[in-house]
Amino acid sequence: MDAILLQILNGLDKGSAYALIALGLTLIFGTLGVVNFAHGALFMIGAFCAVTLQRILTISYETVDDSRTDFLGNPMTVETPYVQAWFGPETGATIIDWSVPLAILFAIPIMLLVGFVMERGLIKHFYKRPHADQILVTFGLAIVLQEIIKYFYGANPIPTPAPDVFSGSFDFGVLLGFDPGAIIYPYWRLVYFVFAMAVISGVFAFLQFTTFGMVVRAGMADRETVGLLGIDIDKRFTIMFGIAAGVAGLAGVMYTPINAPNYHMGMDFLVLSFVVVVVGGMGSLPGAVLAGFLLGILESFASMTAVIDLIPGINQIIIYLVAIIVLLTRPRGLMGRKGVMEE
Amino acid sequence: MLGLNTKDTWLLVIVALMTLFAPFLLNPFPANSSLAQFNAGYPDLMQRFVIFGIFAIGFNILFGLTGYLSFGHAAFLGVGSYAAVWMFKLLGYNVVPAIILSVIVGAVFALLIGFISLRRSGIYFSILTLAFAQMSFALAYSVLTPITNGETGLQVYTSDPQYFQRSGAPDIPHFFGLEMRATETLRMGGWSFDINAGYYLCAAVLLVAFYMAIRLFRSPFGMMLRAVKSNQQRLNYTGLNARPYTLAAFVISGMYAGLAGGLMASMDPLAGAERMQWTASGEVVLMTILGGAGTLIGPVLGAGFIKYFENIFSKINDGVLHGWFGFLPDGIENVLVTVVHPFVGKGWHLTLGLLFMLVVIFLPGGLVEGGQRIGKYVFRRRGRKAGGAEAEAARKQPAE
Repeated sequence: MDAILLQILNGLDKGSAYALIALGLTLIFGTLGVVNFAHGALFMIGAFCAVTLQRILTISYETVDDSRTDFLGNPMTVETPYVQAWFGPETGATIIDWSVPLAILFAIPIMLLVGFVMERGLIKHFYKRPHADQILVTFGLAIVLQEIIKYFYGANPIPTPAPDVFSGSFDFGVLLGFDPGAIIYPYWRLVYFVFAMAVISGVFAFLQFTTFGMVVRAGMADRETVGLLGIDIDKRFTIMFGIAAGVAGLAGVMYTPINAPNYHMGMDFLVLSFVVVVVGGMGSLPGAVLAGFLLGILESFASMTAVIDLIPGINQIIIYLVAIIVLLTRPRGLMGRKGVMEE
Repeated sequence: MLGLNTKDTWLLVIVALMTLFAPFLLNPFPANSSLAQFNAGYPDLMQRFVIFGIFAIGFNILFGLTGYLSFGHAAFLGVGSYAAVWMFKLLGYNVVPAIILSVIVGAVFALLIGFISLRRSGIYFSILTLAFAQMSFALAYSVLTPITNGETGLQVYTSDPQYFQRSGAPDIPHFFGLEMRATETLRMGGWSFDINAGYYLCAAVLLVAFYMAIRLFRSPFGMMLRAVKSNQQRLNYTGLNARPYTLAAFVISGMYAGLAGGLMASMDPLAGAERMQWTASGEVVLMTILGGAGTLIGPVLGAGFIKYFENIFSKINDGVLHGWFGFLPDGIENVLVTVVHPFVGKGWHLTLGLLFMLVVIFLPGGLVEGGQRIGKYVFRRRGRKAGGAEAEAARKQPAE
């Protein structure tokens, strides 16, 4: 029982990342009808926003401290970040420590901007082109974005730690009456899950309870009629593209403490996220979220030793296997709508 | 000739001549000159041009004709490589059985995967093929290690049985005694040209593959495949079932990929799982689109273009750049080197990505369409110059 619970928990953080990326992909596909292969790159750019903020915060000046010497006997140089000089050592250190959560504020405007520029500059010209062309041009864009990041940040993963408060683990087992140490779960993964749920509910609430969201949903259902009613739907869809980019970026920002970001992390996630979207059903937002969590949890179940002993190698292929089974038995995915991507 | 019309015969002859003289055409610069690094005429790279050309021709039969975008084609290339290396291990180093088995294995795999994947179309088909390829890749790395040798990659050991290896035969892949590695270097003045046995074997296979692709493109079967691409629904309404045709196209293109994999293993008796990864599948998509999907020569051009970039552009470093711009004043030289630097050397992927985007945006027909446009432009200008007065008169006519 406790082992099963542990696997469910382990699946949640990866599932959250899949769900967030798949949600963004579906938003773009549902509104603009564009298959965006550069979405993984947006996730990666978000992660590198966190890296950038960390670097900005730790910009330091050097002072020579005569009272201490290094092993050669020369006076030691001490690096003090400007933040610590301005806000005092204590507050400064806390700000640096909290750089990842702070990066959310930093990433939102950047991701919105990147999204707008991408949509207006490139995607706009591809509405009428076949899906294959959209896949190809965004695939090319993903390569370009990746290479730009690689040029500035190098090819190695850059560790970006979570705030100290969250660095420990939480003993779930005691809370539920199991032995201490049976279910240990890192705090940050819990934070990631809660954050993902907050973002997902935020997006759904925005679509469901605001006028803007209502118009967007109407546009998703029947773009032409909404246009005939005198609403500039293209402008709203552009904003939705920005929001989708923002969701991917935030997913990336918060993921950095779990996995040190490198330039190809986006591609690794993208392939799986596409599988997630297709399993959930193209164009269905709840489907994308459901499939994201489902596949994340299934993946972590498959990596249990007991399961691997039973079916060797299952942990490597479970997601693809599920995708194949779902596509063959439920051609529209779990919650796909009729008439989407069926031409 | 050979059942081809004049235009196709010429195309085949031109391709044949180009592959025959490739060691000379690709080495236009003297061996010791500063431009020698642009020479692509070394055996290893020439073999890759041809092998990836075959791979891309096969991919184009599926994607160019039927419009089904497979994102898992590298799986067939991978199993072809494994099959070939297993033949080396069991039978001996002759490449003929290895290549034959790799084609057969490629076909069997394509039949299995295609039979399931072709139930769906559009992006669902792409995801299904991707899923199968990624599964093969993951399994080759983990569970199937006894067959694939996992991360180390499959290779031939001296302890392998090699039942049909005769004592006099060479200990590396050979074609009835002719070693694939055998290279004759011709020196003519400052130039040196490598004539490599392996390359010519691949080139011969390429010509056969290309000829078969031409015949297929011009056949009634090819016409049916085009019909699938242009309007599958209408095809169904006329009472035809498209599935057998698309499945046949899928298997044929899987055979081409298996053949390419077998040749790759024949040139260098090694097979690794990374050949099956989805990035490798993506590469062949890039090649086909860049060259021109649905055209005969496009995929070969695209394969050559990308492989040339990968091997030549990636070698340009700052020292070379300084050499080029050395004649300029120092300030301008440094600025130019800084500007160009991100695009060459390790950053060649950036250039490739940009080029690929430009091609998709402005030239959906790829390099072939670009060539045609230039050709048309030149032709029109020449035509206007020759018959200027007549054309002028003809244009005025309707207005009156």
